Amino acid sequence: MPREGILISNPLERLSGEQVRQIHDASIEILNDPGLLCFNKKAAEIFQSRGAKVAGVSGSDTPCWTVKIPEKLVTGALDSAPKTVTLGARNPDNALIMKGDEPRVFFITGSETNMWLDVDFPTYVNKSDPGKEIKVPEFQPRRGMVADLCDSAHVCEHLESVDGYIRTVNIQDKDITGDNKDVNKFFACLNNTTKHVMSGLTSLNQLDNVVKMAEMIAGGPDKLKENPIISFITCLVKSPLQFVDDTTETFMEVCQRGLPIVVSSSPQAGTSAPIKEAGIMAQINAEVLAGITLGQLVNRGTPVLYGSVPVRARMDTLGDSYGSIETSQYNIDCVQMARFYKLPNYSTSGVCDTKIPGQQSSIERLFSDIVVTLSGPQFLHCAFGLLDCNSVFCLLQAVLDDTHFQMIKFFLKSPRINEQELETVKKQIREVVATPQKMFINYIRPVMRSGEISPPYPFEGDGDSDSVFALANERLQELRAKPVEHIDPDTTARIFREIPGLLPRLNVYKGER
Amino acid sequence: MSEDIISMIKENVIQGRKTRDDMGIDETLSGTPGVLELTESALGNNISPEAIIKQALTPGMEVVGEKFSTKEYFIPDMLASADAVGAAMDILKPLLEESNVETKGKFVIATVKGDIHDIGKNIVAILLKGAGYQVNDIGIDVPEDKIINVVREEQPDYLGLSALLTTTMTSMESVIKALKENNLRDNVKVLIGGAAVSDEYAREIGADAFCADGFQAIRVLEEFETT
Repeated sequence: MPREGILISNPLERLSGEQVRQIHDASIEILNDPGLLCFNKKAAEIFQSRGAKVAGVSGSDTPCWTVKIPEKLVTGALDSAPKTVTLGARNPDNALIMKGDEPRVFFITGSETNMWLDVDFPTYVNKSDPGKEIKVPEFQPRRGMVADLCDSAHVCEHLESVDGYIRTVNIQDKDITGDNKDVNKFFACLNNTTKHVMSGLTSLNQLDNVVKMAEMIAGGPDKLKENPIISFITCLVKSPLQFVDDTTETFMEVCQRGLPIVVSSSPQAGTSAPIKEAGIMAQINAEVLAGITLGQLVNRGTPVLYGSVPVRARMDTLGDSYGSIETSQYNIDCVQMARFYKLPNYSTSGVCDTKIPGQQSSIERLFSDIVVTLSGPQFLHCAFGLLDCNSVFCLLQAVLDDTHFQMIKFFLKSPRINEQELETVKKQIREVVATPQKMFINYIRPVMRSGEISPPYPFEGDGDSDSVFALANERLQELRAKPVEHIDPDTTARIFREIPGLLPRLNVYKGER
Repeated sequence: MSEDIISMIKENVIQGRKTRDDMGIDETLSGTPGVLELTESALGNNISPEAIIKQALTPGMEVVGEKFSTKEYFIPDMLASADAVGAAMDILKPLLEESNVETKGKFVIATVKGDIHDIGKNIVAILLKGAGYQVNDIGIDVPEDKIINVVREEQPDYLGLSALLTTTMTSMESVIKALKENNLRDNVKVLIGGAAVSDEYAREIGADAFCADGFQAIRVLEEFETT
């Protein structure tokens, strides 16, 4: 049985049906005028061969082409793109089935950060009262390493609300190069979680090795097609409306192999997209539609997710402001657009502006986590552990986020109200009203351990102290100590034999055979 | 046989099963006699009330207390166990009086005049009864003269006053003054509780203690017993 996710019975929608239609029409118009600026020759040729108006741009340092996409190409692509996308998993019980017209949400980690945030709890002594000591969390950023990626995948395997895993940290070990990064990145993830693994690709020349590794783990090429344990995300679009050469190439190669891929666009309202909601929506929708169209032209029927990572610019720095309210609004709008096309949506929540875990982080991420979840995206890249926009990953924060999502999932349970239930409670009320104490406490116990009552916040301290971080850290250490089901020894041996560039230290069986 | 009944009473206290109809923490004892039936059965087998209290009820509640402190048990579990013990004590009380065995003490509890909130007061009453105190809960919105009359007639060791509202907490001070005026204050210790009051307020009005909850009330009473 695949993972259940959480079905949103009445998804939150901000746009009226007419507004959805207006955005769609504006996007179609934008794809025709001004159209795309495509830096990938092969993509421009594919578009041209299918009826798009393509013209070389003169005077550009880099070869590029304007591509004006006619509406029929887009509608044809929307027809052929699968409405259900399955993201498989090493443990088939962790597979995710995403239906474009069903607002069933799965919570996934991500994105890839350069920095890893360690946490320590040094003791501080009160100057005026040396007998008084407190432990204060201190956060120390450093470059991410492959061991951190293993650690992160391992912990996320045990985080109950994490449905799938996008690699969380960029591996920057000295022996990681452009030519071996992808295989090590995918292996580190796949070997430490049995959940679905999604990642971007650093070097196109590693794609075949990554796919070959996945085939070995899945049990062969056909098995990988049935149970795609890996998927890819590519930012082929650079806003506004530009197809980047190398990522477009990668995107087309993945599409040719028929593995699931996210067409992702991340415009920033104010700089790379209009500051007005109507503007960023018309543009991001056009950019994603263009990507989906290219994917379907390359390989009709290839599974794609409508990927949206819109964000508003900060007014003080013009950097990304994932914590802004508008960012959540744009994401919810995108969910609605994807549902209009009946395509599974990859949406974003939980990315915050602050650099360390704390009150701002909790407020920003919880706000967007709740509202974007309520809109019903199928693939919610909900930024477990991410801080400082997309720059820093902290496992302690991921543990805290897991608790947030368990709360959200509990909130979204369907109400248990039916005739039988009402008969039972009417009897209870009559019985209790007739007693001198008039309390229902005796009826709590039968439901207390049944899962019907939400659990207390797990990191609540005693008395007046706030022990959230310390208790969450204890939980983190417990999760680290729990074993994970690694790839079996024979397959591991074969992978290390046949896939070049893997770091020997990632072989957990090294020395055993 | 006696040991079996004693251990079954203890186990049922731990499970919080007053009668055979009650569920416990799990289903292992489902349909079997609860604390009430077992207490009667123990008396029928000539087990002394003192043995029932000292070997079954009290050690059972101690286990419940430990489980509560480690967060394995929650308040509803504690109350179920205390309620079961309280019901057993109701059966044992006349027999204890006959054999002149001393109980832990008599406790009168009330929510003061003008205040109808009683959840906290009720929980405290159940827990105290479960801890072995003889509890007389005289209700909510209780006028001062009624409290004075009950104290005069029953001569309790302790008087518990509860108030949730800042507008009604002042009645506590009036009750304490009235106890003094009626020469009853020296014979009864006054404990106050409720969301509106505090340690500081207890000192201000001349109460003997403030109790944040039923567990603190038990601790305070134990301290009184040892001093």
